[in-house]
Amino acid sequence: MADYLPHTDEELASMLDFLGLASLDDLFSAVPAAVRLAGGLDLPEGRPEPDVLAHMEALGEANAARADRLVCFAGAGAYDHEVPEVVRALAGRSEFVTSYTPYQAEVAQGVLQAVFEYQTMVARLAGLPVANASLYDGASALAEAVHLGVAATGRPEVWVSAGVHPHWRAVLATLAAGAGYQVVEVPLADGRTRWPQGSVTGSPGVVVAAYPNYLGCLEDVGALGPLAAAHGAVLVVAADPVAAGILRSPGEWGADVVVGEGQAFGTPLGFGGPYLGLFACAAAHVRRLPGRLVGETVDTSGRTAYVTTLRAREQDIRREKATSNVCTNQTLMAVTAAVQLGWLGTTGLAEVALRCARGTRYARQELLAIDGITPLTGDTPVVRELAVRTPVPARVVVDRLAEHGYLAGVALDQLVGEDGDPSVSAADAAHGLLVAVTERRTRQEIDGLVAALDKAVRR
Amino acid sequence: MSEGPAAGGQASSAPLMGHASEPTLFELSQPGRRSWQLRTTGIPEWGIEDLVPAEHRRVAPVALAEVSERDLVGHFTRLSHRQYSVDLGAYPLGSCTMKYNPKVCDAVAALPGLARVHPAAPAELCQGWLALLVELDAVLCAVTGMAACTLQPAAGAAGELTGLLLMRAYHEARGERRTRVVIPDSAHGTNPASVALGGFEVTTVPSDERGCVDMAALLGVLGPDVAGIMLTNPNTLGLFEEEIVEMAGAVHEVGGLLYYDGANLNAILGVVRPGDMGFDIVHMNLHKTFATPHGGGGPGAGPVAVSSRLADFLPGPRPVRRTPSGGGTPVAPGSVTSGTAPGEYGWSWPAHSIGRVHSWHGNALVLARALAYISVHGGDGLRRVAERAVLNANWLRVRLAGVLDVAYDRPCMHEVVFSAAGLKKRTGASALDVGKALLGEGFHSPTVYFPLVTDEALMVEPTETESLQTLEALARACERIVAAAEGGEDLHAQPTSTPVGRVDEAQAARSLVATFDARPEEPRE
Repeated sequence: MADYLPHTDEELASMLDFLGLASLDDLFSAVPAAVRLAGGLDLPEGRPEPDVLAHMEALGEANAARADRLVCFAGAGAYDHEVPEVVRALAGRSEFVTSYTPYQAEVAQGVLQAVFEYQTMVARLAGLPVANASLYDGASALAEAVHLGVAATGRPEVWVSAGVHPHWRAVLATLAAGAGYQVVEVPLADGRTRWPQGSVTGSPGVVVAAYPNYLGCLEDVGALGPLAAAHGAVLVVAADPVAAGILRSPGEWGADVVVGEGQAFGTPLGFGGPYLGLFACAAAHVRRLPGRLVGETVDTSGRTAYVTTLRAREQDIRREKATSNVCTNQTLMAVTAAVQLGWLGTTGLAEVALRCARGTRYARQELLAIDGITPLTGDTPVVRELAVRTPVPARVVVDRLAEHGYLAGVALDQLVGEDGDPSVSAADAAHGLLVAVTERRTRQEIDGLVAALDKAVRR
Repeated sequence: MSEGPAAGGQASSAPLMGHASEPTLFELSQPGRRSWQLRTTGIPEWGIEDLVPAEHRRVAPVALAEVSERDLVGHFTRLSHRQYSVDLGAYPLGSCTMKYNPKVCDAVAALPGLARVHPAAPAELCQGWLALLVELDAVLCAVTGMAACTLQPAAGAAGELTGLLLMRAYHEARGERRTRVVIPDSAHGTNPASVALGGFEVTTVPSDERGCVDMAALLGVLGPDVAGIMLTNPNTLGLFEEEIVEMAGAVHEVGGLLYYDGANLNAILGVVRPGDMGFDIVHMNLHKTFATPHGGGGPGAGPVAVSSRLADFLPGPRPVRRTPSGGGTPVAPGSVTSGTAPGEYGWSWPAHSIGRVHSWHGNALVLARALAYISVHGGDGLRRVAERAVLNANWLRVRLAGVLDVAYDRPCMHEVVFSAAGLKKRTGASALDVGKALLGEGFHSPTVYFPLVTDEALMVEPTETESLQTLEALARACERIVAAAEGGEDLHAQPTSTPVGRVDEAQAARSLVATFDARPEEPRE
């Protein structure tokens, strides 16, 4: 009977006595007898920690795809980046890990200042003046940006590029059903969004693009600002924060809101979570900002201090009129990102982005040299990842390459479904393989992947 | 009672918490310094101009701090010394269930076999993760008395919104357009905010003089346009809604659904299950009830479990143990092993799914922590958790009865709401003042000014992991604070022993400085 409860038998007896109760069961006299659980929960008995840890280790052993066993070329919004021990050590400090939301600023300056620094870093990445304290993940950040845009314009029509990650579009569709938005997905051709030209029907309140998009392609960003402006729409850009190290900031070319997935900054792959929703916006929208925001101020002695601010936007005060229902966010991942970006610094972020682009270029060159492999997005420039057509279904390629020690990428039909979607045709979905090359991938690994793939597609 | 040393006391006094201000990382920056080291790759070192077309190319690098690894470690370590945490001392923050977070769960979340798995890996290559999720799904259904579960929602509020979308889909599938959701006035703020995002209108029902939902008022607002009701039970006053069975009957009578806000699930583990009370939809806050740490504000996890009539609407894809026909099959808690047959686990879409609510599969490493916590406790251990949590809260309620006013003077569940209204009238010291003074005494403050239905509320949730000695130390601290106020001391000056004194929230909002770049030119003193 192992647990973490401090009460001795004597203390239990004295506490019950203090309350004038005969037994622990008497604590629950307010619960109607008719619904009380008679036989206890239908769960196994508790097990000692070492047994539980062993069980979990065994489950981990059953994950063949773990990145310490298969060389990871999978991306699609979740990347195998370098996480140095110093980041793990600092972000794992129990003061950050075991505190609650910083409601009491006097004893929460550690988290508050770290989040303030994080907000500064995200704002600079986005090229916008304000960033919030985080949202759940890229998809939730996108949905919150759309809420902001619809609220700002009063128009529930939303144009979304099909280059936005398919899962993020799926989440947006789920939430749009409740909020009553009309979401129009704008298709891609050769990896670039074909926005409606000239006089078109529709009046979007929000326009959403991705940069680079989920196929790794660089969109025609010069057209986006004018497109949104022509409709008086809020321009939301889902930007990859690592590629941002070498690409022009969306804020520079007209984005009103920039969202992104921040997992790349120090958070492990972790089977998809917990990740980090990045959110930055123009000054005009700060009072519609979702979630928490940390601001700098002073204490009674005039010392610099940090506190959550513009609280009147939030659900615990504004209730049904709040800008968002978000309460718990991903603060620990935000603190982790601040540490990782502190470790990378100005030169390191640019270097990581450059190395990803080099690796992507090298992999593209070598993969396209294989007979039967063709680019899925034409000549459109790519950074971060690339999509190729394989002569056998991409799922088969991934399965075969696993036998050779590689997680070769992500089969597109796994992301968009077998019928394809406005980003790729059904045929391309079945044969499309999305390959990501981070700064951790070596030439030897890429050459190995290419050699194994060459064999696999001939088998 | 015994009076041993109080482990939870004096945690905010020097030298345990850092008092010196810490410059921002940007101020510590020295251009030319660096920490980063990246592996040697052997990939051709093309220049940026070979890789990125000019119109896309960044002109100046993103300005970040440039510090040595040693400075980085110093900075964040000093920041950590300015942060209170459960590991440091007691955290009786009502409604937040800040219990001790077992360290073994950190070890689970760090296992390479779990932490280093890509979420888009084919099912065949992540059977261990799928097995883990299937087991947790079964365990959470057993705890709540529900039929099926989604693990995708990333936090309680995300679970609420998911639940409301399920409600909407359920009614629409029956050809009904219901527009209102009923919420008690004592509800968490996320409830009405989620209702609005779910596309419903909020109808508020008052509490009665006993702190529970006013049954007559509830009956008065129910009708064929009510989609459902959201309840927390025990409610935010720490009181069990004794008429829950009657309420469930009345809501079901008009065709509505009952939503259980699991914020206070810790109080009833192994005692009563939401499903048995008549609830149709339940969200859980794994970061509260199952001790996955709160991380200074997140990550959490907010799985949603539902009764069988709602299972087909759940978000997808769901992790399942496969049947030969390709669907999923129910799993008994504890029956999942790691010696899985090839392809035993996979993904499945519910027939009328509302769709995805997360980029991937939910906050998976948080889910793994929760399963580890539950596995250590087992069914019997979870029951003990609830017993001790309720025992501790009631002990404090009686112990402090003569010191602070109890908002509702009857047995509570896992938390107790005091009121500083009387104290304020007599001495001018408010609930906020008491909370701030407690910080100075080395405890975290209770939740103040919530629930809204209590004047000058101080909501205390000691949790089951605090010892009798810590509770006594907390009680004495409260006594000292009240005595000081009664003796004429001005508590507005408190706290003085914390890393900073009271902060000027008005200035923060009036002249917003949310980034280092927005700092005014002239430095503050």
